[in-house]
Amino acid sequence: MSEANGATAPGSIPPEGIGGKPGPRCETLGSAGSVRPVSLAIELVGITKRYPGVIANDRINLAVREGEIHAVVGENGAGKSTLMKILYGMIPPDEGEVRIRGEATTMSSARDAIEAGIGMVHQHFMLAEQMTVLENVILGAEPRQGLKIDFGEARRRIEEIGGEGALDADRMVEELSVGEKQRVEIAKVLFRGAQILILDEPTAVLVPQEVEELFVSLRELRERGVTIIFISHKLDEVLEIADSITVIRAGRTVATADPRRISTRDLAELMVGAELPTAETRLSTVTDQVLLQAEGIGTLSEDGDRWVIEDVSLRIHRGEVLGIAGVEGNGQRELVDILMGLRSADSGRVLLGGEDITGMSTLRRREAGIGLIPADRHGMGLLLGSPLWENAMLGYQSQPPFARGWLVDGAGARRRTEDVVDQFDVRTPGVEVKIHALSGGNQQKLLVGKEMLATPQVLLASHPTRGIDVGAQAAVWESIRAARAEGLGVLLISADLDELIGLSDALMVILRGRLVATVDPGQVTPAELGSYMTGASQ
Amino acid sequence: MRANRRLVYAVVSSGLAIVFALLVSAVILAVSGNNPFEAYGQMFEYGVRVDSLASAVNRAVPLYFSAMAVAVGFKMGLFNIGVEGQYRIAVLIAAAVGAAIALPGPLHVLTIILTAMAVGAAWSGFAGYLKVKRGVHEVISTIMLNYVATGMGAFLLANWLRQENPPGDLVIKTPEIPQSGRLPSLNQLLEWVGLDPGRVNLYGMAVLAVVAGFGFHVLINHTRFGFELRASGASAGAARTAGIDPGRMVVLTMVISGAIAGLVGMAHLLGFFHRYTIDFPTMLGFTGIAVALLGRNHPVGMAAGALLFGWFDRATQILDLRGIPKEIVFILQGVILLSVVVAYAVVEVRIRAAESRAVTGALRPGAEDES
Ligand SMILES: Nc1ncnc2c1ncn2[C@@H]1O[C@H](COP(=O)(O)OP(=O)(O)OP(=O)(O)O)[C@@H](O)[C@H]1O
Ligand SMILES: [Mg+2]
Repeated sequence: MSEANGATAPGSIPPEGIGGKPGPRCETLGSAGSVRPVSLAIELVGITKRYPGVIANDRINLAVREGEIHAVVGENGAGKSTLMKILYGMIPPDEGEVRIRGEATTMSSARDAIEAGIGMVHQHFMLAEQMTVLENVILGAEPRQGLKIDFGEARRRIEEIGGEGALDADRMVEELSVGEKQRVEIAKVLFRGAQILILDEPTAVLVPQEVEELFVSLRELRERGVTIIFISHKLDEVLEIADSITVIRAGRTVATADPRRISTRDLAELMVGAELPTAETRLSTVTDQVLLQAEGIGTLSEDGDRWVIEDVSLRIHRGEVLGIAGVEGNGQRELVDILMGLRSADSGRVLLGGEDITGMSTLRRREAGIGLIPADRHGMGLLLGSPLWENAMLGYQSQPPFARGWLVDGAGARRRTEDVVDQFDVRTPGVEVKIHALSGGNQQKLLVGKEMLATPQVLLASHPTRGIDVGAQAAVWESIRAARAEGLGVLLISADLDELIGLSDALMVILRGRLVATVDPGQVTPAELGSYMTGASQ
Repeated sequence: MRANRRLVYAVVSSGLAIVFALLVSAVILAVSGNNPFEAYGQMFEYGVRVDSLASAVNRAVPLYFSAMAVAVGFKMGLFNIGVEGQYRIAVLIAAAVGAAIALPGPLHVLTIILTAMAVGAAWSGFAGYLKVKRGVHEVISTIMLNYVATGMGAFLLANWLRQENPPGDLVIKTPEIPQSGRLPSLNQLLEWVGLDPGRVNLYGMAVLAVVAGFGFHVLINHTRFGFELRASGASAGAARTAGIDPGRMVVLTMVISGAIAGLVGMAHLLGFFHRYTIDFPTMLGFTGIAVALLGRNHPVGMAAGALLFGWFDRATQILDLRGIPKEIVFILQGVILLSVVVAYAVVEVRIRAAESRAVTGALRPGAEDES
């Protein structure tokens, strides 16, 4: 068993990798093994996922101790999600062994994995939107009473799992915010009695307070003996929660690290070989020319008895990044939808360059120069079964270089997409590839890149760097800054407070559909911002 | 490379499905006391005659339009089951209009065709309207509209559009369309290249079918509308975010589908019947669904499917004369369809896997070690 820990031969470290300069306080896999207790919950030995011409996971080793929180980090496309899907039985490995509690296990489906006590929350949620929370949680694992589903029992157990912050079991999943959907996903897994929990980028969608809540419950689960594998691009979170860290790069295990003895800088360097970026806006480029303006806009909930957005007024100037801080689900989505014409305003006006566009269609708004990076990239941003170039075209299908009159300009569209791929380092073999074959972070890079290259006047950006690794994040920030210097106005919605504070020229806080505070990003600290966001300080 | 692989899979799986269907049909023939080899032999012999081939094309043309009408809807996830009703009401009204007006040649024909397209478009567009404004699922509304079309067609024909028959003629029909409103056959073209189709007249509409097939390809793959159509079908949410109005797309798609459906009856009307009668061919709309599935909504695939169905339809005529129940052709068509659908599902899974592999393959070109 110990050889599993030392299986990374020196030769297998990629030459462009950590080279002769391993991070100062990082351990090699072999040396970490000596302090390890014998009981391993999971052991992946020499996992290889080979495709014609390539090795996606290249003899990866991963050892996770019973009852620990084990972080897996690595740049976009490194193979993290693939490895987890193998562990979860969703895709079969070509070589290598999955050992669960020391026992070699072959799983051919997620069902097998669940039986082995493994549960997974995916990077992209897999929920039935048209069903309630309760139905989603119990789907496929319904407690029964004879032939009938025992809803009472199900409800009790869900409340037990959820603790005090339990979700209303009768709400429709489609109405939930991203953060809430994630809690449904976790509840779903625990409901099935998982003892090993795989979380693929669970914090990407959460604001710090929610992350803290998540961490509290993860620690609680650890106390109960649950083993957790945790994937994240947010390295400070990784250092906070993890008991040990495995770094993957280009499909290979590069190193393991001890979170108590490594800094985020070193970790970033191990991952991408680059320095940790800072989201810091240098010179102010704000002008007094108003680009996009909302005047007292509001929108009612479906049943019309409650304002989801109430009396929101804001101005985005030329050359300005206006940040909106808030816990997911406080009206951010609706605000963007109104500005974009995806939802009608029940009160107020939207003006673009002084012209009233309240009744303008989404397409016309796009043509008038409003760009959009949607919050929900799978539901709102991408055609997963379509090639990259068609995805780049989405939203710009009526404009050059994607269109020539009523015809699609295939050559122009492909050329533009290639530019996006080059400039934003989208890891793909080409623009004809269907986008579902890209890793999550690379999909996001395409979404961001296509908007930036379209040079809109105003960009409504929701979580622009969600799921993007630290290296690529720096590039995205840089391109936003550059465009801002050219006059771009940005509405920035983000759960990443460092990103918000670092990029924004002005910062507003949204709470229960209202803008409750305006703060100076130059003065405010993440902690202060956090308390505004939860309504603790006002 | 990937496109080629797809094509190979498509051809191989369709081929296998047809072979499978022939085997099943052979068993059915044998069980019913007929010699399958003999039957197939006769079918083949009869089917490859020039007149049979021309007739097969004639039978294929309406099916091709019908399949394209269905396929346009499929591209955005709309299931237009109403092609049947759409083409029947369209051909009736177009026949009546054609008989009632007098125009110089091409204009006359064009008027008839445009009338049929307009009626089909309106009939189908209504289902689209119902879906958008009233939330009625198009499958329900188009099925209902099929019944309405049948009933309304019978009523219109019996009361307003029929010609006064001479005593003794009991067939209810519209007046005959004059010579200027007929489409010449392509037989001269065939004779010119040395083929003699005998008593069969190769429909002039075959030319329009080819043009329409090309138009279908351009519409779907090279126009903005086609892109918006496919995007709406792939992800309603993403399409909406991209500024594509879902309601408008539904209505437009149904209108276009219906306009193509209006062309279904034109080959028989302009090339053979020259009037609408109660024995005008039916079921073309439903068979079109099968052809669209067989051809996977692809213009070339659907053409192949339509020709195949047309050929079987013609070739099995001989069985009747030799005392073998002609119904076997229906069974054959059903079995082909079923096997193709199954083969398609199986192959699709394999294609996806292969594509995924190819992608990752190209991603790290450094490690090229196997095919
Ligand atoms: N279904 C698939 N078909 C083809 N290639 C795939 C597929 N899934 C993943 N890949 C490829 O395998 C590689 C690893 O992808 P994976 O999703 O595991 O990356 P990741 O480490 O999770 O990245 P990210 O941080 O962006 O989520 C990527 O380069 C991707 O293109
Ligand atoms: Mg991933």
